[in-house]
Amino acid sequence: MEKLSYERPIINKLNTGLMNKFGTRVDNTPVTHIDGVPVKKLIADFGSPCFVISERTIRETYRNAVRAFSTRYPKVQFAWSYKTNYLNAVCNVFHSEGSWAEVVSYFEYEKAMGNGVPGDKIIFNGPDKTARDLKIAVQNNSLIHIDHFDELYLLAEILKEESQKARVAIRVNMDTGVYPMWDRFGFNYENGTAWSAINKIMANSQMEMTGIHCHIGTYMMSTSSYAVATSKLCDLLKNIQQVHNVTLEYIDLGGGFATANTLRGSYLQGADVIPTIDDYAEVITSTILNYGFRPEQLPTLFLETGRALIDDAGYLLGSVIALKRLSDGRRATILDFGINILFTAFWYDHKVSPAQNFTSQSEDMVLYGPLCMNIDVVRENINLPLLNRGDHVVVHRVGAYNMTQWMQFIQMRPKVVMIDMQGMPHLIRNNESLQTITAHERMPDHLAQFNL
Amino acid sequence: MNKRKITVAVTGLNNIDSPGPGIPVIRALKECSSFEVRIIGLSYESLEPGLYMHDLVDKSYAIPLPSAGSQALFNRIQYIHSVEKLDLIIPNFDAELHNFILLSPTLKQQLNIATFLPSREVFDSRHKSELPEFGEKYEIHVPKSTMIFSTKDIQKIEKEYEYPMVIKGKFYDASVAYNQEQAISYFHKISAKWGLPIIIQEYVSGTEVNVTAIGDGLGKCIGAVAMRKLYITDKGKAWAGITLDDPELVVLSQKVVQNSKWRGGCELEFIKNKEGKYYLLEMNPRFPAWVYLAVGSGQNHPEALVKMALGETIAPFEDYEKGKMFIRYSYDLIVNMDQFEKISTFGEL
Amino acid sequence: MNINKNIAISESGFLFNPSTGDSFSTNPIGKEIITLIKEEQTLQQIVNQIHLKYAVDQDTFEKDLADFLYILKINHILKEDE
Repeated sequence: MEKLSYERPIINKLNTGLMNKFGTRVDNTPVTHIDGVPVKKLIADFGSPCFVISERTIRETYRNAVRAFSTRYPKVQFAWSYKTNYLNAVCNVFHSEGSWAEVVSYFEYEKAMGNGVPGDKIIFNGPDKTARDLKIAVQNNSLIHIDHFDELYLLAEILKEESQKARVAIRVNMDTGVYPMWDRFGFNYENGTAWSAINKIMANSQMEMTGIHCHIGTYMMSTSSYAVATSKLCDLLKNIQQVHNVTLEYIDLGGGFATANTLRGSYLQGADVIPTIDDYAEVITSTILNYGFRPEQLPTLFLETGRALIDDAGYLLGSVIALKRLSDGRRATILDFGINILFTAFWYDHKVSPAQNFTSQSEDMVLYGPLCMNIDVVRENINLPLLNRGDHVVVHRVGAYNMTQWMQFIQMRPKVVMIDMQGMPHLIRNNESLQTITAHERMPDHLAQFNL
Repeated sequence: MNKRKITVAVTGLNNIDSPGPGIPVIRALKECSSFEVRIIGLSYESLEPGLYMHDLVDKSYAIPLPSAGSQALFNRIQYIHSVEKLDLIIPNFDAELHNFILLSPTLKQQLNIATFLPSREVFDSRHKSELPEFGEKYEIHVPKSTMIFSTKDIQKIEKEYEYPMVIKGKFYDASVAYNQEQAISYFHKISAKWGLPIIIQEYVSGTEVNVTAIGDGLGKCIGAVAMRKLYITDKGKAWAGITLDDPELVVLSQKVVQNSKWRGGCELEFIKNKEGKYYLLEMNPRFPAWVYLAVGSGQNHPEALVKMALGETIAPFEDYEKGKMFIRYSYDLIVNMDQFEKISTFGEL
Repeated sequence: MNINKNIAISESGFLFNPSTGDSFSTNPIGKEIITLIKEEQTLQQIVNQIHLKYAVDQDTFEKDLADFLYILKINHILKEDE
């Protein structure tokens, strides 16, 4: 007689007033394939855990964003925000779509140059630019976005020895009605510091003021703050025109658009509350268009959108290491990845899907990572079908920040794979090995030997 | 005349001591003159009393909590619709409206289920934190309010606000502070629960009066009934109330509904101060639990909503009976275990 | 190891404990195990029976069973023998 298929016995207390299973079950559809490639095969070939990036999703998301802005406004230029994900293969997908590079450190600057981005198509942001960094940026004709007066004076110093002019913009911070206000970066608009920086630049014959930049925050759920920011940048542009008779080439709205990830503590799902890229585009472009510039004086609109262009394209595949019971009877599931490589678990209730078929039963559980640290929690509370040891899971929308902010703590970082437009997986970053880590260590002679 | 047969799904079956509007809405529909209504109850938990009121609710289904997202809700409705063939859904919970508003075009296009809800823009514009702008835009007095992010801001605003002042959470909770110490303590208490910002509101003393109203979404107010609570429960909910003869209040409410182009039912909460000036405290984006008082005094708002949702144009109600009262009572249903089992295990009853 | 005789499980796996007033929902195999315990089968007998009937290795099932019994215990459905 053939044996019946097995499901482990479970019993759930029927709670009143809490989440009912008719709520969560529908969301638990197994994700067995990514862009046509079986998750099982990806894990067999590249190990568990591993990151998977969909080239198709990047291109579709990017093209959709370009469409949203360029159908509404004549001059739009995106610059890929390296800090969001600076794996070279990822950057090059964006560059091949026409995106410039936006970097915030010399490390990123070198990466962009290494990827073949022309110097004059690199935007150099950030508060930490050394004399060497600035010199190279000037020589490469890059767009230098000045963050503070010390940088402005340092640049002026350097330019005394350079024959070339520097193409500069300033970063402006302002009150757009959002909290917290990001006033630690750039020059403040309301107290006039921004205007005084502009006057200093205008007075320096070796600085060519090309644009004006702001970045009002991150994961912005309201489009109206972009209207305020855009309108204040336009004010500055107009004033510069009137006072200095200079027409700036561009305004740079930075990034900060939200993605469908659900913020921790948010009652509603991220996907249900965030504005669409068209909503952001509508507010920003209509503010500029209605501002009253003459058509030939319309500035180019730069966007440094990072998260919203890459989050959806990234997946993290992993496996169940063990099932446990906590002292209060709660189910705990231990996974082979944690906050070491899924840094964004601190901010988001990431969507996690089983990668194989399952029965109709489900249970509430906490998802832990493999680190010996109490903070290593992937999800505080999630209702999932019954998982067993060795089962695979897929974490969604992990493309932004995880592959740049991950840490090498007690584990090595895993492989990153990109699935191309034809559905072919490519290794784009190998996993680290013991050698990767120890190669940079040095042993003093007196510690080389010991008897135990 | 044969009444038209329709199937209407209704949420808010929590007819407990601080009741949801579901059961009053259902009573209004069951008693209406134009339709013969089959009621499908939609519930979030297995103990919502409406589930067990079989004379009012013909069949019930559990639906996912709003936090599960609009897609989960849509999938569940799709299933329910395949069995019940819904003509219309009337959601009655504040927290679920966001998702229903989001889904409303899809429900119409894909399943031909009608709803009658405000647009997301109008819905968002009456949120607590937006109330000052709402008041300005629609020319209604609202208590002066300021959003603050830190207890330091309390000192700053003391120049503009006198004690007592109201300390309010972003979504829920409000306390009246009579001095700075209290204000700071409420700030901490409320922000720990609901996060920032905290809303500081001018304290307006006077009589609270309420209006249940309905708009056609095109700038017409179809009905408005004014009521004063005669007595409240320890939770601040109405225990009994009486309809008022207050033309000024009704006209004011009509103005809010007209100017905001409100679509659907709503409740307006006002304070009338000693000088007789009205301040709008809150606009709740759905029928209140006392909406049956409107029915009892001559304005069947739920019936009007159904008619408009199904595409009829209707004339506004002109009047209602003044001095009609409602007195709320509770009632213990006796229920067999198997009923609780059915809704808990299968999600249907 | 015994289960209160008053505890009833319905066809659908709905379980009601009249002494505490709590109700639970269990899956078919959970229902089967509870029934076997009520019939006073020993743990070893239960393991053998399930192993014969379902495609599961003994180690896995023993581990799952221990977990299941633990949950029955903390919910006062199952009582250890004195």
